[in-house]
Amino acid sequence: MSDAAARVAVVDARGLRCPLPVIRLAQLVRDDPAAGRVTVLATDPAAAHDIPAWCRLRGHRYLGARDEGAHTAYDVEVVRPTAPATAP
Amino acid sequence: MDSHDRGTNLGPAARAGPTAAPTATAPPARRLLDAAAGPLHPTARDTLLAAVDAGWADPARLYAEGRRARALLDRSREVVAAGLSVRPTEVSLLPSGPSALTRAVEGLLYAARRRGARTVASAVEHSAVLVPGRARAASADDAALLAEVPVDGRGRVDLDSWSAALGVEGTVVAALQSANGEVGTRQPLQEAREACRRHGIPLVVDAMASLGRDEVPDDWDVLVGDARAWGGPPLGVLVVRERVRWQWEGSRADVEGGRTDVTPWIPLALAAAEAWQQTASARTVDAAGARGLVDAIRTSAARVPDTEVVGDPDDRLPHVVTFSSLYVDGEALVGAFDRAGFAVASGSACTSSTLEPSHVLAAMGVLTHGNVRVTLPLRAVSPGRDADVEAFCSAIGPTVEAVRRELGVAGL
Repeated sequence: MSDAAARVAVVDARGLRCPLPVIRLAQLVRDDPAAGRVTVLATDPAAAHDIPAWCRLRGHRYLGARDEGAHTAYDVEVVRPTAPATAP
Repeated sequence: MDSHDRGTNLGPAARAGPTAAPTATAPPARRLLDAAAGPLHPTARDTLLAAVDAGWADPARLYAEGRRARALLDRSREVVAAGLSVRPTEVSLLPSGPSALTRAVEGLLYAARRRGARTVASAVEHSAVLVPGRARAASADDAALLAEVPVDGRGRVDLDSWSAALGVEGTVVAALQSANGEVGTRQPLQEAREACRRHGIPLVVDAMASLGRDEVPDDWDVLVGDARAWGGPPLGVLVVRERVRWQWEGSRADVEGGRTDVTPWIPLALAAAEAWQQTASARTVDAAGARGLVDAIRTSAARVPDTEVVGDPDDRLPHVVTFSSLYVDGEALVGAFDRAGFAVASGSACTSSTLEPSHVLAAMGVLTHGNVRVTLPLRAVSPGRDADVEAFCSAIGPTVEAVRRELGVAGL
């Protein structure tokens, strides 16, 4: 995983069942304020539906999915609220 | 004292009845909020039990018991036909709703086999349409043999895509639900059938979730129902309008108009007919009550953080509602509700036998995990329905919160 200063972070959720890929993604976005873009690597088929749905529910931008053979990579652009108060 | 051994296969709990010894810790009251598969309407249950003695015979037999069974089967068919405003000869009773649905499509495909082999269906159709359709496409090595037409975020079919799909050469069958049994959204049947008419393609309407609960649809060429939806036993209803070209490849004997090779078991047919009459006479009032209860569940679920209520809020079945909560798995939610006394269903992957989540939720682009589905029973089946829903509304928020805490995802 990239360090806090990096813009792109990676969540390796390969082998994890739903809803863990989305949980790991949400945890990273919460804990790493510098992450502006996140790539989630997942094998669970539900991730294909749940990552875009999470983006819609939480106001982030879903960029798309790439088939990388044994797993799929999902790209998410993190949209941070301009106001400092972020109600979880 | 019984004159015969009752057997042991039901187990002590189910057999003991009111004389059962009280248990040390009383479990919470059971609140049935998943009526997709029963239980039976109480009058239909009485009919079923009586018919086990009165209608056991094969209706093809020529002796008195067989003739009686035939009369009871005819009577059952007449009741269902009258309820659907069709002729009794147009109605066949099949072992289950899903098998009737698969057969409905097969019969149209076979009758049209010289003109084409392509099926058009919405992406949220029952797996009894989609799975055989995909299998036919795979075995012919031609993915175009099944067009799965996309739906919007509420589950309603995209009519432009629907019409475009019908225009593809070789299309001979279209299939669309009256309403979806998982999310409740109704389909625009009139417009969809109009498009079918323009292309000369017969429409199968899967009304398994709506018959007995919602208006009987009118815009169809072949109609399919499931007696479970109206408080009956598992029994499929297949209705083929007289002028429609429909033929089952496997047709051999004169069983159910040549649309099945399984003679219906008379007690099931009679109980299904009884349930239809009971449910139809109470439908308007029952549906209005259910609609209010579903509204209450929708409101309560929408108040839970990171939870989305799925399906059309207005143009929907009166008795079905589903919602999904972020960061929890459906299995954990169903388990937590169960321990609190609530029987609810889920379309999440972890609750299905495969790793795949509900294809309906997936096609709608909504959250597939953390899903909870309520199918309200008829009030006649569950007189405590109002109180059960009120208790459920109060339980949704705390239950979701408790499961999130347990999983360590609270406040995400």
